[in-house]
Amino acid sequence: MAVDSIRGAEAAVRARGVSRPWRLLAGAFLAGSLLVGLGVGPVGIGATGIVESALSHLPFVHVHSPLSALEEAVLWQIRAPRVVLAAIVGGMLAIAGSAYQGVFRNPLADPYLLGVAAGSGLGATLAIAYGHVGRSGQLLPLASFVGGLTAVAATYVLGRSAGAVRTASSLVLAGVTVTLFLTAIQTFVQQQHTNTLRDVYAWLLGGFSTASWKQVAVAAPYVAVSSLAIVLHRRMLDVLSVGDEEASSLGVDVPRLRLALVVAATAGTAAAVSVSGLIAFVGIIVPHTIRLLVSTSYRAVVPLSFVVGAGFLVLADVLARTIVSPAELPIGVVTAFFGAPFFAVVLRSARTMR
Amino acid sequence: MLHRSLIAVVAFVAVLALAASGGAARHAAAFPVTIHAANGDVVIQKRPTRVISLSPTGTEDLFAVGAGSQVIAVDNDSDYPKNAPHTTLSGYTPNIEAIAGYKPDLVVVSNDIGGIVGALQKLGITVLLEPAVDNMAGAYDEMRQLGGATGHAEQSTKVVGGLERSLTKILRSVPKAQRHLTVYHELDPTYYSATSATFIGRIYKLFGFRNIADAADTTHSGYPQLSAEYIVASNPDIVVLADTVCCGQNAKTVAARPGWGGIAAVKHGRVVGVDDSVASRWGPRIVDFARAIAAVARKK
Repeated sequence: MAVDSIRGAEAAVRARGVSRPWRLLAGAFLAGSLLVGLGVGPVGIGATGIVESALSHLPFVHVHSPLSALEEAVLWQIRAPRVVLAAIVGGMLAIAGSAYQGVFRNPLADPYLLGVAAGSGLGATLAIAYGHVGRSGQLLPLASFVGGLTAVAATYVLGRSAGAVRTASSLVLAGVTVTLFLTAIQTFVQQQHTNTLRDVYAWLLGGFSTASWKQVAVAAPYVAVSSLAIVLHRRMLDVLSVGDEEASSLGVDVPRLRLALVVAATAGTAAAVSVSGLIAFVGIIVPHTIRLLVSTSYRAVVPLSFVVGAGFLVLADVLARTIVSPAELPIGVVTAFFGAPFFAVVLRSARTMR
Repeated sequence: MLHRSLIAVVAFVAVLALAASGGAARHAAAFPVTIHAANGDVVIQKRPTRVISLSPTGTEDLFAVGAGSQVIAVDNDSDYPKNAPHTTLSGYTPNIEAIAGYKPDLVVVSNDIGGIVGALQKLGITVLLEPAVDNMAGAYDEMRQLGGATGHAEQSTKVVGGLERSLTKILRSVPKAQRHLTVYHELDPTYYSATSATFIGRIYKLFGFRNIADAADTTHSGYPQLSAEYIVASNPDIVVLADTVCCGQNAKTVAARPGWGGIAAVKHGRVVGVDDSVASRWGPRIVDFARAIAAVARKK
């Protein structure tokens, strides 16, 4: 039995990474999404206009932008940061989701599993209710970031104190406990400040309607560092996928590895949530799609999750701002509307595969 | 002698009694009254002296028509007028027991949340449902209803007349040439707005302004969320910020938003901040709101 598992582990570790066609396809998907995101909006700006305008912003290229000042502002001050922000948030949520699924060996794990969402939600609600900040204030992202990290820290402490069994499941249960507790406080605060109801609600649904380069600058460093950390551990996730004991017998310090991955995924997720609110399903849909289509090895799932997640959320945001254009839909509605049926398909095919 | 004075006393008492009954008759003429409120025809037997308002607009109306002294409690969102008897009662999550504990003889609500109207009526408490309206006529109606229900019918008619005259004057103060401006009404910093079909939107319509939210309300909710791109491209002449209190927005923060610096409202100094709650209620202070809008609309 033990020998079998070790053999299984070795097989998993030897599993191949991303093959070249898939790499190209994912890259093309992201590039295409970014172009669509940049090209589509209530203000019609032609593709050539966008290209010439982009060239005119480059140094040493003497091209005059054919766009009016207004179109320039719309394209580069409003639309471009929105597309970039959606990309880094989508990438972060998807890669964090893949890491969580590996760490907890639970296909339903998403980046919010350990209480990030509830903690960030509480932080944001407190900031809105008591800080009178609105969504564009500086306090809101900070409060939500701190709230998310605090919640996961609480989950970790609680999970460890749950006894000798420092298994993945005790952490998950601690996460559920913390989530329920913080959600209760959040609901209470929200109910006591009914005048801020819509603000909180809008934040909980998530979105990029007020995206700016400043928000990109706030989130990008965290996303870069934590994504890189997860990518560097992708082989370890494969080892972990065969079980704690088996991984330990292969010389992996499982609790430490788990902590490192959780910290990386959480910091990145909290940063993403702080600039975009709560966006459901990206962290689950994207890694599972890759598992179904490409490979179950984390060497493929982890890097591809970032690329495909980025493209997916950019496209979801395009839908959010075009379906009822020039009005907006909350992006959480779009991701969940497409995410839920997709998830049903994933579950079905998982059953038939068994 | 004694006989005579007795007659005089009796006569005096009779006159007094007559006078008193006459007075009572006059009072009785006002009550019972029937008020045609949103919860049907409500009969009010006698002049209420223990009124509870769970509606911020209802509170403002009651005080405006002179019924303030009869109000014993207002809900936690009723923040105007300052001397209203503020309590922790909630209009959103109303607690029947807490309300009944005040022994009210009239309760004013703007929402029948959780069946509160029926629940209070079961306890024998008279309830007036005065919901949100979508035009000035509806707002005036509610003021007159609350005046009639509290024994201030005459005063409420006077108040409404005064508001109507002020509003007409304010509308006329904006020259014809400035009546075709475009307006963007901001409810929060994520660009939720209000169309001409809403109460606040009707006010802009009275001025003759074109509301940029109208074209965007594809779902006819009245309160669409606009995209920043669309707002900037629509280039509104007036930006009205109804998110000054909640969200600290003002002309400076609007000018600093990426891409907003070039829009007409920013260039011509026609970004105006208003009190969030005034702009979300349908009470007498709407005239102050109209005055603030007229002031920026007159700017060339």
